[in-house]
Amino acid sequence: MSKNPHKPPRHRMPPQLETEGFIPNLMRRHRVGKFWLVIFRFATIVGVIALATLLLNVANSAFGYVAIENKIDPDTLAVNGVELDDLPKAELVRILQENVSTGLFRRLEHEEPFEERSRIEVYGLVIERVVEPRVVQQWSLQDSLFRGAAIKAEVARDYPTAELEFKSWLDRYFILNPQSARAERAGVRTAILGSLWTVSIAILFAFPIGVGGAIYLEEYAADNAVNRVIRTNINNLAGVPSIIYGILGLAIFVRALEPLTSGTLWGLADPTTANGRTILSAGLTLGLLVLPMIIINAQEAIKAVPSSLRQASFGLGATRWQTVWHHVLPNALPGILTGAILSISRAMGETAPLVVIGASTFINQDPNGPFSKFTTLPIQIYQWTSRPQDVFRNIAAAGIIVLVLLLLSLNASAVILRNRFSRRLD
Amino acid sequence: MAIATPGTQYTPSTNGNYAIEAHSLRIYYGDFLAVKDVDLNIPRQKITALIGPSGCGKSTMLRAFNRMNELVPTARTEGEILYNAVNIYDADIDPVEVRRHIGMVFQKPNPFPKSIYENVAWGARINGYKGNMDEMVCEALQQAALWDEVKDKLNQSGLSLSGGQQQRLCIARTIAVKPDIILMDEPASALDPIATLRIEELMKELTQKYTIIVVTHNMQQAARVSDYTAFFSLDEADRAGILIEHGATKKLFTNPEKTITEDYITGRFG
Repeated sequence: MSKNPHKPPRHRMPPQLETEGFIPNLMRRHRVGKFWLVIFRFATIVGVIALATLLLNVANSAFGYVAIENKIDPDTLAVNGVELDDLPKAELVRILQENVSTGLFRRLEHEEPFEERSRIEVYGLVIERVVEPRVVQQWSLQDSLFRGAAIKAEVARDYPTAELEFKSWLDRYFILNPQSARAERAGVRTAILGSLWTVSIAILFAFPIGVGGAIYLEEYAADNAVNRVIRTNINNLAGVPSIIYGILGLAIFVRALEPLTSGTLWGLADPTTANGRTILSAGLTLGLLVLPMIIINAQEAIKAVPSSLRQASFGLGATRWQTVWHHVLPNALPGILTGAILSISRAMGETAPLVVIGASTFINQDPNGPFSKFTTLPIQIYQWTSRPQDVFRNIAAAGIIVLVLLLLSLNASAVILRNRFSRRLD
Repeated sequence: MAIATPGTQYTPSTNGNYAIEAHSLRIYYGDFLAVKDVDLNIPRQKITALIGPSGCGKSTMLRAFNRMNELVPTARTEGEILYNAVNIYDADIDPVEVRRHIGMVFQKPNPFPKSIYENVAWGARINGYKGNMDEMVCEALQQAALWDEVKDKLNQSGLSLSGGQQQRLCIARTIAVKPDIILMDEPASALDPIATLRIEELMKELTQKYTIIVVTHNMQQAARVSDYTAFFSLDEADRAGILIEHGATKKLFTNPEKTITEDYITGRFG
């Protein structure tokens, strides 16, 4: 046996059979096979290269040397020879009070009294508001790795007071901080929460409706002209550009259903906005967007359930609903969940319809319910990449990594769920 | 055990000896006439075999007895099938209830992808069985001659059994809903000779309680197992399935009335 299953084994040719009407063509057939094998392998390699380039490109911006200048040298904040790092909380609060405006200090106190804040938190505030480290220049990962010495010389020459350090733009603070106008302080917490909210609403809305529609079309609907038109057009809907869904969502959810989607009908509206550009509108729009995808996948999954199972069920005196509920759905569930997984990915990465719906480009308040203003990760990334300052490119790259990781973890949990269902069945 | 009590206009023509009767039955698939003008009486607690060449409509005929043909959207049935003096094709008869009374075993074993226990219990449960489920499952598996082989692994998947065991599980599942008549569509054609023999023995035992109608391609099987045989063939004119001859198996196999029957059972055609 040959180790490589694709490689035709080098057989010895049996004595040539001279059969009339047959031309010996085995070598040619193997050659054709080999030709296509090369083509397919090439296609795979192109895909792998494209993916690797993308990842390297993102990593290139997300990590690298930065030159940091502090507004106030932390050494001057030392009290009686005790370094800033080691000062007790009371001292840190005092430093903060002395160095920031009264208004800001009062606002911070109002947000959460200093007595209740931890030392680490106050220390973070001192660094952020008093020391105020500023990135004056940043370098790509490639430069940082291969031109380290030149960068050091450049910093020593151009920014004598700056410190050079290797920075991962993707760090704890980046994930936990809200949006900020300063790239050093900006984070994606608001965007992550916004993405989770909108995608959850989209799936909660589209999954039951989509699966219900698929069950109706596959198990109940008669095979007549009307239903054939519906089936064909659901397939077409899956190919409609997402911006069209954005316009649809704007017309229906943001404008026509504004009392509902803004929450005024229930008295739950966010008083600062009170318009229809809310998480709910965005979630429903994304739900409409993924609905055809869920229906099509569920239809395929239901079609794949062997008809022998349905016949067995009917033969025992089961009603159609019992057959669907006890046999068709459990057996189609893995396929249906595959559709849901694809839909989550699609909804998570969608930008254009949310721009039309009116996602906030700058928002630093966490969403607190379906009626809040919102932003999502792709919107945030898009907005950062369109800023003129280079430094926003770095946090955009870090944002992309967060988006990909979030997507992977959501998909992984859906895959685990699916595998548990399919294992239970056999 | 009337399936409904409609104010039926049919006089109870059912002789007590017949479990089910077909009168002038015509079955269409779209415009195609598959079964033409069949009159067939099935005696109680006997095995009746339906035989005939491929495409002669015997499976269609079998499925007409519990309205399974209706699952094919284009299928249409004319004429009547009397079960306990009621035409099961009456507008006010619920096919779901018909199928509980007239169960079915299919050509390819098709257990549910559930445990052996659930395979048997499910049909009874959805039909509203309120007795002791464990006893009922045990009894059904015993009747299907499967109990000894599976009693220690009732929680294993029904799909883990061999083909012959799966088919007996399907029979147990059918028995569990306490039907009156069991329809079998070539129940042994996917099995090896030993498994086939066990199914045949089982069928004979089941006649103590049930009426069985079986479609088979296998002449020897029909001769071995059935009490009555109905021979179907194709009408040369319109390719519709017609009933050629029906009678006691012994007589039909030894002394058929029609030459076409003789030709078929002696293997001269088909």
